[in-house]
Amino acid sequence: MELTDPGIPGGGGQDALRSGFVSPNWVTARLDDLVNWSRANSLWPMAFGTACCAIEFMATAASRFDLARFGMERMAYSPRQADVLICAGRLPFKLAPVIRRVWDQMPQPKWCISMGACASTGGIFDNYAMVQGIDTIVPVDVYVPGCPPRPEGLLYGIMMLQKKIKKESVFDPSLRVELLADQRGLYLEPAAVDEVSEPFGNSVHQTRSA
Amino acid sequence: MSDAPNPSVAALRARFGAAVQRSAVVSGATIVWLAPGRAHEILAWLRDAPGERYDYLVDVTAVEYRDRERPLELVYQLRSLARNVQLRVKIELPKDAALEVDSVVDLWNGANWLERETYDMFGVRFRGHPDLRRLLMWETYSEGYPLRKDFPLRGRFSRSEQVRRALGADLSAHYSMEELSIAEAYDSLPAEVRERLAAGREGGKS
Repeated sequence: MELTDPGIPGGGGQDALRSGFVSPNWVTARLDDLVNWSRANSLWPMAFGTACCAIEFMATAASRFDLARFGMERMAYSPRQADVLICAGRLPFKLAPVIRRVWDQMPQPKWCISMGACASTGGIFDNYAMVQGIDTIVPVDVYVPGCPPRPEGLLYGIMMLQKKIKKESVFDPSLRVELLADQRGLYLEPAAVDEVSEPFGNSVHQTRSA
Repeated sequence: MSDAPNPSVAALRARFGAAVQRSAVVSGATIVWLAPGRAHEILAWLRDAPGERYDYLVDVTAVEYRDRERPLELVYQLRSLARNVQLRVKIELPKDAALEVDSVVDLWNGANWLERETYDMFGVRFRGHPDLRRLLMWETYSEGYPLRKDFPLRGRFSRSEQVRRALGADLSAHYSMEELSIAEAYDSLPAEVRERLAAGREGGKS
């Protein structure tokens, strides 16, 4: 956040302070800066841990890495009091409606971090039971790669999210629009879901048998 | 473990004759193949006969081999806690007939979910099972039986169709009301827990 000079005639700064024009007890700031600064530094995570990434998430929250340093002092465990959904681990299709309902229950403003290869892309689980990237179910702000990512990786992702939040505008209503399912019941075009669900990396050498 | 077969095999052959199709010792573990029609009767005998007493059913699962002509094999892993002896029982189910076999839930209660899982993954139907529903996949799952060899790894539907069906699934349809409610289990709870619940219901002490 930048603190701006109140613009005192005669130059402001130390001179103005000394001459009594400005009290050191107040500053002016852009509303965006102030709101985003407070939002970014008090993110309450809604932990959605489904696999080994959740172990790294717990390590991140514990004393050695201390998530509280970043304002994530309080684990919400209730979607109604959470700001950021952290999906830590693979997401089977059976859990897809659950994470969607958790996301729908979270009040705006809200963000989502996809932690690990499986949550982001399906990872090694390119099979019948697994969602190939949670971005086909909920909108994702930050993807953290790794299998699982180390706590430093998650912290870096959180800092990227904070950076993103600090560039938002409180006056832009399009940021807070809830994306609803279309009449087919999907949040993306079917072609887009198929596209992001295709194998990648070494997996492209596998044959799709049907 | 030695390579000598489990003495239960000889006892089974003496009592049930041709219903015991064959036996083998693999890595020290005795395997015995039973005729599907008499399997329930023989398993009951294995559980109850004084010299056998296989009182613990460790696992029920199935194996489908790569060779398409080979039958599907049901596997029962039995253990006698009293005698510290294991026995693996297999039942071959030819694939051109209905995959059906008698349930053993009436012998071992623990078979309930094991048989549900086998039904879910392989499509084997267990006659007489009290509640034969899918266990791992959700109840409205309609792509087939995932562990069968003819099941494609990524499922039968396109990814967008799978996502659509998953999101359209009714959460409360996955579990019956009985499963969600503990009201019916009240009488089987320990007395101490019942007391605590009763106290809570009256709004009294915790």
